[in-house]
Amino acid sequence: MGVVAEALVWLTDAANWSGTAGIPNRVYEHVRISVFTVMCAAALAIPVGMAIGHTGKGRFLVVTLSNVGRAIPSFAILGLALPIAIKLNLGLGFWPTFIALFALAIPPILTNTYIGVAGVDRDLVEAARGMGMGNRQILRRLEMRLAAPVVMVGLRTASVEVVATATLAAIVAGGGLGRYIIDGFAVRDDARILGGAILVAILAIFTELFMGGVERLARPRTSS
Amino acid sequence: MILAQSTEEPFFRPEWVGRNLDRIWEQLVEHAYLTGLAIAIGLLISIPAGVFAYRHRRAYPPITWFAGFLYTIPSLALFAFLTAYTGLTTLTAEIGLVSYTLLILIRNVVAGLEGVPPDTREAARGMGYTSRQMLWRVELPLAFPVILAGIRVATVTIIGLVTVTSLIGKGGLGAFILQGIQRFFSTPIVVGAVLSVLLAVAADLGLLGLQRVLTPWSREKKWA
Repeated sequence: MGVVAEALVWLTDAANWSGTAGIPNRVYEHVRISVFTVMCAAALAIPVGMAIGHTGKGRFLVVTLSNVGRAIPSFAILGLALPIAIKLNLGLGFWPTFIALFALAIPPILTNTYIGVAGVDRDLVEAARGMGMGNRQILRRLEMRLAAPVVMVGLRTASVEVVATATLAAIVAGGGLGRYIIDGFAVRDDARILGGAILVAILAIFTELFMGGVERLARPRTSS
Repeated sequence: MILAQSTEEPFFRPEWVGRNLDRIWEQLVEHAYLTGLAIAIGLLISIPAGVFAYRHRRAYPPITWFAGFLYTIPSLALFAFLTAYTGLTTLTAEIGLVSYTLLILIRNVVAGLEGVPPDTREAARGMGYTSRQMLWRVELPLAFPVILAGIRVATVTIIGLVTVTSLIGKGGLGAFILQGIQRFFSTPIVVGAVLSVLLAVAADLGLLGLQRVLTPWSREKKWA
């Protein structure tokens, strides 16, 4: 029997669909930490990116963060998050993974928010000011809306990276779909490794397509 | 061997580095070798694929779709999938790493070819160049700066991904990160993370220097 066939048997085995180690629970753990982290990262990076884009102060921070962020491997970020979590007495599993994914999600969201807001046509801002809008109104009613599609690209990049890297959480004793791959390696169970790999790939591609759909919704409609 | 990192364990023990200099050098060389090989094979695939996509425009969307699909699959899942066929070998690592170079490289080959001025093409044709001669003597040399820009991005990406191959028994500097995680010992994690970032920065600057030396005309453009 081929390995793929074995993996399909593993994927369709009812025993793998219930309990803590079951597929539904692992998918839930994977999605839970991914959504939680991206939301926390967005809650920090979007306001900061908007402030920097609006005022033009702190541009250096954005450029440095996005360059450094690209050069640090996500595996290294996960590795560094482990001793930090231990130092802070946060234990294994969830928190080291959260720290790593959070650090990973910040640069794309921050950079895109900054680019989106800074890229708003200055004439439009002047016009809004001429219409009597204050800073806060300009930010809320003009810059935020025009920047939304670019911000969404950043959220999509961050989400796909976070879902992919959450797989590595299993190395620091976290949950999620990576468990099947890491545990499968440990006991040399090819069916489980392959089954886990297939599930992770499906989840990543689903995330990409889903966020792509949300991104299209955020694009401003050209109305007359 | 330190089995559990207490909260008092320092992040970094310099004496560990002194004791492991030989191994650090070996892993650094392996890291550079795995990266260089992946980029070289990636180019051998991407240049013909990019030229083909440039000449047959209808082939471009499916080629980028496929390369994008490979790029979206999380690295650990791809390596895990491949181990079922090619085991814990350098071949497995390279197939995975090469897959991740394709999207970046093919896009840049096509963009580079698109940037060749039509006048230059006309002149070459007028001088009696065959399309093969034109490709090698005119189009690819003129596309080179853009292709090299793609090589730089791909190299930084691959240096990061090599660390993940530590989970299939390779990994270069990533082996230190994995070792540190498994033993709760932060010093090798810091060494692996810092050196892989330094390697990425050095490779990026080296390739930038190479571009300046090989294509002096692209440097002059800045002042023109």
